[in-house]
Amino acid sequence: MSDEALLRVNGLGKSYGSRIGCTDVGFELWPGEVLAIVGESGSGKTTLLNCLSTALDPTRGRAEYRMRDGAFRNLYDLGEAERRFLMRTDWGFVHQNPADGLRMTVSAGANVGERLMAVGERHYGRIRATALDWLTRVEIATDRIDDQPRAFSGGMRQRLQIARNLVTNPRLVFMDEPTGGLDVSVQARLLDLLRGLVADLGLAVIIVTHDLAVARLLSHRMMVMKEGRVIEAGLTDRVLDDPREPYTQLLVSSILQV
Amino acid sequence: MTDAAISEPGLLRLSLHDVSKTFTMHLRGGVVLPVVGDVSFDVHAGECVVLGGPSGAGKSSILKMAYGNYGADSGAIRFHRGGGDSIDLVTATPRETLELRRATVGYVSQFLRTVPRVSALDVVAEPLLAHGASRGEARTRAGMLLARLNLPERLWSLPPATFSGGEQQRVNIARGFITDHPVLLLDEPTASLDATNRKAVIAMVEEKKRAGIAMLGIFHDDDVRAQVADCIVDVTRFAARAA
Repeated sequence: MSDEALLRVNGLGKSYGSRIGCTDVGFELWPGEVLAIVGESGSGKTTLLNCLSTALDPTRGRAEYRMRDGAFRNLYDLGEAERRFLMRTDWGFVHQNPADGLRMTVSAGANVGERLMAVGERHYGRIRATALDWLTRVEIATDRIDDQPRAFSGGMRQRLQIARNLVTNPRLVFMDEPTGGLDVSVQARLLDLLRGLVADLGLAVIIVTHDLAVARLLSHRMMVMKEGRVIEAGLTDRVLDDPREPYTQLLVSSILQV
Repeated sequence: MTDAAISEPGLLRLSLHDVSKTFTMHLRGGVVLPVVGDVSFDVHAGECVVLGGPSGAGKSSILKMAYGNYGADSGAIRFHRGGGDSIDLVTATPRETLELRRATVGYVSQFLRTVPRVSALDVVAEPLLAHGASRGEARTRAGMLLARLNLPERLWSLPPATFSGGEQQRVNIARGFITDHPVLLLDEPTASLDATNRKAVIAMVEEKKRAGIAMLGIFHDDDVRAQVADCIVDVTRFAARAA
């Protein structure tokens, strides 16, 4: 376990005019930690994720990220080029809809290879070998390397998106409902895959989900959001087994048992 | 792994001091359910302390507070990690609690929360991997424990989701016993086992004691309890006064 946080967030908020997207969010994230942000639609969890990944500029607050040189930089003071560089190298973003994170009309191999080229890899043989290795790790048959993701099932597309994100050895990965919209059996396979990869690679992950079972399986810590605010936070099993806030109790009691 | 200071018998490993717990049921109009109050007792290296009392007296709640999945309202739950170092779980951060679980306190729950597609062998091996063991070493030890608990080898490579209650429980026990955590919490580990496997678990508890592990457990089976308990803490004396 590292002794220094990777991300320190303080007083973060985003308003759309007089409407609150999220407000007064603060937390720290360490390497190897998976933090789930849960809440219903409209609770502000996606706005928060978009602020953290710098897709949106917050209205107030700071998010300090420990760069590879060890220095903490406020993400919102970074220039556009620096942010893009982080996004291409040190970070990953797994979208709910794989089409948002993949290029649908280039081959699977190129989807993975492209990220490698963005970090300076130029050797075709090595790029292809690494792409093949990653396809195997996300359980895509290697003879599909030259196929376009258009020809893939939803589950395969999502696995390809994960490979594309992880190939550059990011330190922080954002995930927005990565299992949403998939069949349950496909979901289980993806969750299991994610769980293994996150543990093996020691990734820090911030995952937004409305599915508490997904949060239970993947995350160490959890923040529950309602109306733009974090109303309860803590160890995932503590929040789920012993929820304190009325809203969290309602969420937990609404889980369907099978 | 356990060093001499940790495994020396008689050393204080876990102490609960004036721990109390209530549940506030917001969906039931905010009614407050008292669970336990003023819970105080100690667990030492090499002993097995058993929580006694009828169902609903709060035994499981005490165990869950000692693992951190229930939060205590007040008091202290202190783990003594040797060399004068100790940490209070009641005030620990989530990160400190996770580290405590990785290195200091293990838990055998009553029910297995299965992960889809992960084999029984890997479910058991996982805590040892988190301890830094190699995959091969962790799997070998996992296999030894499963064999000891008479889980047929043809099941090892299968995910435990479809196993019987008794089979799942044995996977759970193996998972809890595989590491050398200095403190082990046991939530009815023998509830759905037959006589042969109950015996195997009792032998494993005895071995943990000899290794200086401090254990706190719930055992409903009188026979098992009589064999493993060094001390029985009657939980009814911590009955919480209605708030």
